[in-house]
Amino acid sequence: MFFDFSKVTNWLHGWLTGFMPEWGAILTESVLVLLAIIALYAVFAIIMIYMERKICAAFQCRLGPMRVGPWGLLQVFSDVFKMLTKEIVNLRKTDMFLHNLAPFLVVSASMITFACLPWNKGAHIIDFNVGVFFFLAVSSIGVVGILLAGWSSNNKYALIGAMRSGAQIISYELSIGLTMLTMICMTGTMSFSEICMQQYEHGWNIFRGHVPAVLAFIIYLIAGNAECNRGPFDLPESESELTAGYHTEYSGMHFGYYYLAEFMNLFICAGMASTIFLGGWAPLQIPGLEGFNDIMSAIPGAVWFLGKTFFVIFLLMWLRWTFPRLRIDQILSLEWKYLVPISMLNLILMALAVSFGLYF
Amino acid sequence: MENIEKNTAVLPEAKAEAPKAPDAVAPKVVKPAVAKPVPAAPTTPAENALDLVELTQDNFRQTIEADYQAGFTFLECLTGMDWGEEGLGVIYNIENPETGARKCYKIKTADRVNPVLPSVCTWYDIANIYEREAYDFYGIKFVGNPDMRRIYLREDWVGYPMRKDDEPEKFNPTRMTNEPLADETSGLMYDEDGVNYHTERSKIFEADDYVVNIGPQHPSTHGVLHFRVKLEGETIRKIDPVLGYIHRGVEKLNEQMTYPQTLALTDRLDYLGAMQNRHALCMCIEKAMGVEVSDRVQVIRTIMDELQRIDSHILFFSCLAQDLGATTAFLYGFRDREKILDIFEETCGGRLILNYNTIGGVMADIHPNFQKRVKEFIPYMRKAIREYYDVFINNVIFRNRAIGVGILSKEDCISYGCTGGTGRASGWHNDVRKRMPYAAYDKVQFNEVVRTEGDSYARTLVRMDEILESLSIIEQLIDNIPEGNYQEKMKPIIKVPAGTYYSAVEGSRGEFGVLLESRGDKSPYRLHYRSTGLPLVAVMDHVCQGHMLADLITIGGTLDYVVPDIDR
Repeated sequence: MFFDFSKVTNWLHGWLTGFMPEWGAILTESVLVLLAIIALYAVFAIIMIYMERKICAAFQCRLGPMRVGPWGLLQVFSDVFKMLTKEIVNLRKTDMFLHNLAPFLVVSASMITFACLPWNKGAHIIDFNVGVFFFLAVSSIGVVGILLAGWSSNNKYALIGAMRSGAQIISYELSIGLTMLTMICMTGTMSFSEICMQQYEHGWNIFRGHVPAVLAFIIYLIAGNAECNRGPFDLPESESELTAGYHTEYSGMHFGYYYLAEFMNLFICAGMASTIFLGGWAPLQIPGLEGFNDIMSAIPGAVWFLGKTFFVIFLLMWLRWTFPRLRIDQILSLEWKYLVPISMLNLILMALAVSFGLYF
Repeated sequence: MENIEKNTAVLPEAKAEAPKAPDAVAPKVVKPAVAKPVPAAPTTPAENALDLVELTQDNFRQTIEADYQAGFTFLECLTGMDWGEEGLGVIYNIENPETGARKCYKIKTADRVNPVLPSVCTWYDIANIYEREAYDFYGIKFVGNPDMRRIYLREDWVGYPMRKDDEPEKFNPTRMTNEPLADETSGLMYDEDGVNYHTERSKIFEADDYVVNIGPQHPSTHGVLHFRVKLEGETIRKIDPVLGYIHRGVEKLNEQMTYPQTLALTDRLDYLGAMQNRHALCMCIEKAMGVEVSDRVQVIRTIMDELQRIDSHILFFSCLAQDLGATTAFLYGFRDREKILDIFEETCGGRLILNYNTIGGVMADIHPNFQKRVKEFIPYMRKAIREYYDVFINNVIFRNRAIGVGILSKEDCISYGCTGGTGRASGWHNDVRKRMPYAAYDKVQFNEVVRTEGDSYARTLVRMDEILESLSIIEQLIDNIPEGNYQEKMKPIIKVPAGTYYSAVEGSRGEFGVLLESRGDKSPYRLHYRSTGLPLVAVMDHVCQGHMLADLITIGGTLDYVVPDIDR
């Protein structure tokens, strides 16, 4: 049968309560989970940076990093160490407190949302009945950090970049919210664990919800890409216009946090897409093919989840390295004139489909 | 000075022993250059000698007005001059863009302390920036130009360095302070009567304007260029270009160099038009001296110019893609440009700074592989262009960002002197290869690519089509390179007969002209280059107004300026 991670957590809890009081066990578990999140966060960031460099190199007829380690595998590690050793430059005439606070806001927002992802059956870190709501709320904290960074840097490029970013992220959150609402309309629950469980039992949402779900998936991908400030929506930090946008004045690990958060937001965006549309940790099941289903179920849920997530990441990287950048007015008109109305209509379509039982 | 003469004297022998191609594979066997008598003083005036009409302060404005009304709306070149005893002055080259008729005027003033001349700003928009250049170097003040700031040198520079009696080193130690940039300017303006004048001050930026510096270190200015941009939200209200960050005083340096030495600096102007720049200077000197170069040289120069043009246009595409965030398209362009650089490297030894043309020929005969590689390159490039369209030019995002952005009318192009692809995208037939055919361009069939939209998209398409035209020119010539000398025998010391000469070639981004005034010495008395990029920078303010900040990048990219050519 499909492996349930809650067996591990229950065993650990039982073992810990054997020699310490209940609150001590929970405290210890929380510390362990925190360490696990931080470790995973760093590991996935490193994997993704390497992946992006290799994928972009492949698109551009290049090899990518090849010098440090075999196939350049150690390149990212050396970059990380370089980043860690660099000086954090303090600038005159900046608001020092806000300037130093901003990267932590960005990185903590992305870490909390990272914890919302369903890694496996029974391996949800933050999971309660309004999980989707919580996810949307926390992910908006990041934009505060970006606006603060732009404002406190005392740099015109940074300010323009931050303003663009604010306008863009707040606009596209609407589309993300609406597409998620569309799917919640079908699942009837806001808890990520239940959403995954349903997909395990009834099939992936993208198949269950057919037309409206596919539409929502496409809109989610576009809006999610914009949320992550990645090309073709990378104009808050568009290199050729604003040098580096809101993080122009940051150096060392403060810049590193932005860099990290940007990559991990991509991972979270892709992870959410796989949770809500592609079944999360649920394996691919085709009704009637028992042997096939058994083989699929033998693959652990974490592998399914990561596989789907990296597939979506690949799609988004493909987009980034193919398209030129949009302009701020075009980005906003795309959202307000096309994506929002379409996702609203899509919501109605889904509501109709659900109320007439026209889904699998 | 001794060294210079020594080097020059050695030069001709070095050329005679220029490395010969291995005979086995060589399609053409190199024959040693044969001495050819060079007429010391041609009896008839050289074909590129300027027929200068001298105007006085009294009749100047009426004459220019009459010419402007008669259709002479293109100010090709404005050159400040120091004629020593006779005073300071300016040479104007104007052209009628419809008929191709050309006129040259000169005007001078004997007052060296406070030289004042009438401005032509009223008729030609580009004159504003040209006159600032003349003011910067010669201290000539132009009445009617509202903006008499220095353009290349620091605002706190003392003296006017191109004057023959100026001593720039004496009053200008290396300054360790930041360059002050004034927000205010002043100019001399005529009174009501049109004869007397007064000083008028004006503001460039108000105190509460939101001014963003684009440059001097900025990824999209394609060099060390500095725009002060006044923004309202993201909308551009005004642009003030600040030039001169890499001003090297090439024109001043030339005045102390012998003619062969001056050639070396031309490659360093517009480095994407190195072949064409040097071609222009060589052609100007050759025509002035009455030297006829062989057909072989003419054809080789033509092929090289066209290869250089393709190289430049590929870089145009790449950089534009990069500026708009399409990094993949950028690398596609660089991949293909590499092939041209390889071809250059084989024959010239250089990839960017080519040092190929010489007075009376070229430095070395073409490499035995040259024809083979060029013939391989032509179909390859045709295929690559289709790829460019697929990956970038036909992309919906690029189309949205380029179509209707930065529209330049034909009149603006002419008035600002925006030649090259920029002018042709606005419907101005300005191709020097058609207007004043040189080298082997009269022997080949090609179309002048002209579009009428005048927007950024049209400018991109013009460049892409020009690559195809250049390929077809090369295709016609590559199998028919005539036999002949690759270098005429020149005298050890080259002296150009006294006179004023102008020659122009179609550079990668417009008309590159050379104005040479000689007093019969072994160095030029004055050598002025008509920059192809300066008009393109001058027009930025006009064309960007009302557009968004991101459009500045698109427009700048499609105008295609190269900074070393602007600053000189």
